Amino acid sequence: MNPTTDVKTYSGFRLATIFCMVILYAPLIVVTIYSFNASNSITVWKGLSFRWYVDVFIGPESTKFKQAAFNSFSIAFIAGTLATCIATAAATAIVRGGQYRLRTPSLGLITLPIMVPEIVLAVATLIFFNSIGFTRGYLTILIAHTAFCIPFAYLPIQARMQGIEDSFEHAAMDLYATRSEAFRRILLPLMLPGIISGFLLAFIVSLDDFIITNFVKGAGIETLPTAIFGSVKQGLKPNIMAISTMLLCLSIVMVTISYFISKWDKAK
Amino acid sequence: MASDNGTAGGSSTTDVYKKARHWLLMPSWAILGTFVLAPVCVMLIYSFLTKEFRGGVIWDFSLAAYDQFFFDRGLFGDGDPTLQWTYITIFWRSIWQAGLATVLALLIGFPTAYYIATRPEYTRALWVFLITIPYWVNLLIRTVSMKFLLRDEGPLNDLLISTGIVDDPLRIINTNLAVQLGLFYSYLPFMVLPIYASVERYDFTMSEAAADLYASKWNTLRRIVLPAVKPGIVAGCILVFIPSLGAFLAPDLLGGAKNFMIGSLIEEQFKGNAGNWPFGAAASMILLTLVMTVLLILARPQRSVGSKT
Repeated sequence: MNPTTDVKTYSGFRLATIFCMVILYAPLIVVTIYSFNASNSITVWKGLSFRWYVDVFIGPESTKFKQAAFNSFSIAFIAGTLATCIATAAATAIVRGGQYRLRTPSLGLITLPIMVPEIVLAVATLIFFNSIGFTRGYLTILIAHTAFCIPFAYLPIQARMQGIEDSFEHAAMDLYATRSEAFRRILLPLMLPGIISGFLLAFIVSLDDFIITNFVKGAGIETLPTAIFGSVKQGLKPNIMAISTMLLCLSIVMVTISYFISKWDKAK
Repeated sequence: MASDNGTAGGSSTTDVYKKARHWLLMPSWAILGTFVLAPVCVMLIYSFLTKEFRGGVIWDFSLAAYDQFFFDRGLFGDGDPTLQWTYITIFWRSIWQAGLATVLALLIGFPTAYYIATRPEYTRALWVFLITIPYWVNLLIRTVSMKFLLRDEGPLNDLLISTGIVDDPLRIINTNLAVQLGLFYSYLPFMVLPIYASVERYDFTMSEAAADLYASKWNTLRRIVLPAVKPGIVAGCILVFIPSLGAFLAPDLLGGAKNFMIGSLIEEQFKGNAGNWPFGAAASMILLTLVMTVLLILARPQRSVGSKT
């Protein structure tokens, strides 16, 4: 046996990794490049220009996209916030509540929206709102998003809470802190990185959602994904690529924030 | 049985919020119970109702939706029932497409995860970060990007033609291959991340031991590494297969009308006036049953061999 042979490495694996990265990034990079295309056509390259970015903000479709963007961001923010609060409360009960009968069913219920295929959840929500006579619109989207964002907010929060020993809270309570003081002044600050990650994930998942929104939105209201989808159905246009590139940048910014929060937290 | 007060013995269990726990759980039960659990139950009921012609339902119990799914009773509905292949074929195609996408993702995802996990510790986080970014990017945008890239006059064909690899553009869009590629691309990070987590915990002294005992590298991989990281592989396959099965965007945008999958079939039942709500509800119930069956079979507790913890 040659002692210099590394038992860990396999020669083809690096190639597969490069291939994986190319597959993951090639479509995104190509769209980013073509969003700066000066041409009216998506096929011909006519040099660098920002005209399609300008078009998104003041072009013929700009009102539609601005309204859709407002809906998307406001829903993502409210649904993300609500889901994070609900998930934080639930995680406290499940991680810090001891053993009890309702614990496992609660955990099952919270993870249910990730287990059920999205299209099934979309159908169920649409039928439900319809059967109770709830008019579809902004509010139905908001409610549906809050519900399915809960598990996405919950998982990072739970993971974080499991990593915090309860001795800090016990110590605080030994020193006559009330339970709610121990929660607010000890557990919550320690939980903050997990809560921020949970919120960011819930926010992006809500912003990302197409299928459920498409089912429960009703006529006349659009979010960015449904507006983009409707536009793409009539053919790919350069302004869609400009919007895509902007959303892409937003996603990268958010994942970077999330990354640095966890890194900064580990370094402490 | 350890009941609710079973943990009162002052052990180190974390039960600081014992008194408040039911209050803390109430918001999740209220929201998820009302807007997820109840809707699924209502959907089950709807699948047994009679369809109304303008896209609603009549509250009459009927098995018509399931009957329509599985049986063909002739043009006037009074013939002898024969098996109706249309919808079964769509389900079968979805399982096949999702399965192929999963295999493809495993073939690329496993080596990638392994490669990343064997990098020096400070570069590992960066690799994981790079794999995570596409997961945070809007799925619709990623699918549209894929469509843009693969088009007949798209950049991929430009590249292939200008380098002389092919003479005529490859017709990929609107084929099964495009759907498989789209699904594979959509859910690839879901395959890499759990496998990475498993390989990272794997104790490489086991590989060294195998090598010392004259196992070839491929034998070591097949008989030592693979069994040890099986939980990660199973998790990755579930996370790719399940969303692929009910996917809507990739088949719709990349596949075209001939490559219909379950997602499009269901969506069609709820669009406009031509829809059949009970049938859509029944198809959703069948999909849900399928997914739960797959989860029950695959997600049984996995025994992990040789992990460090």
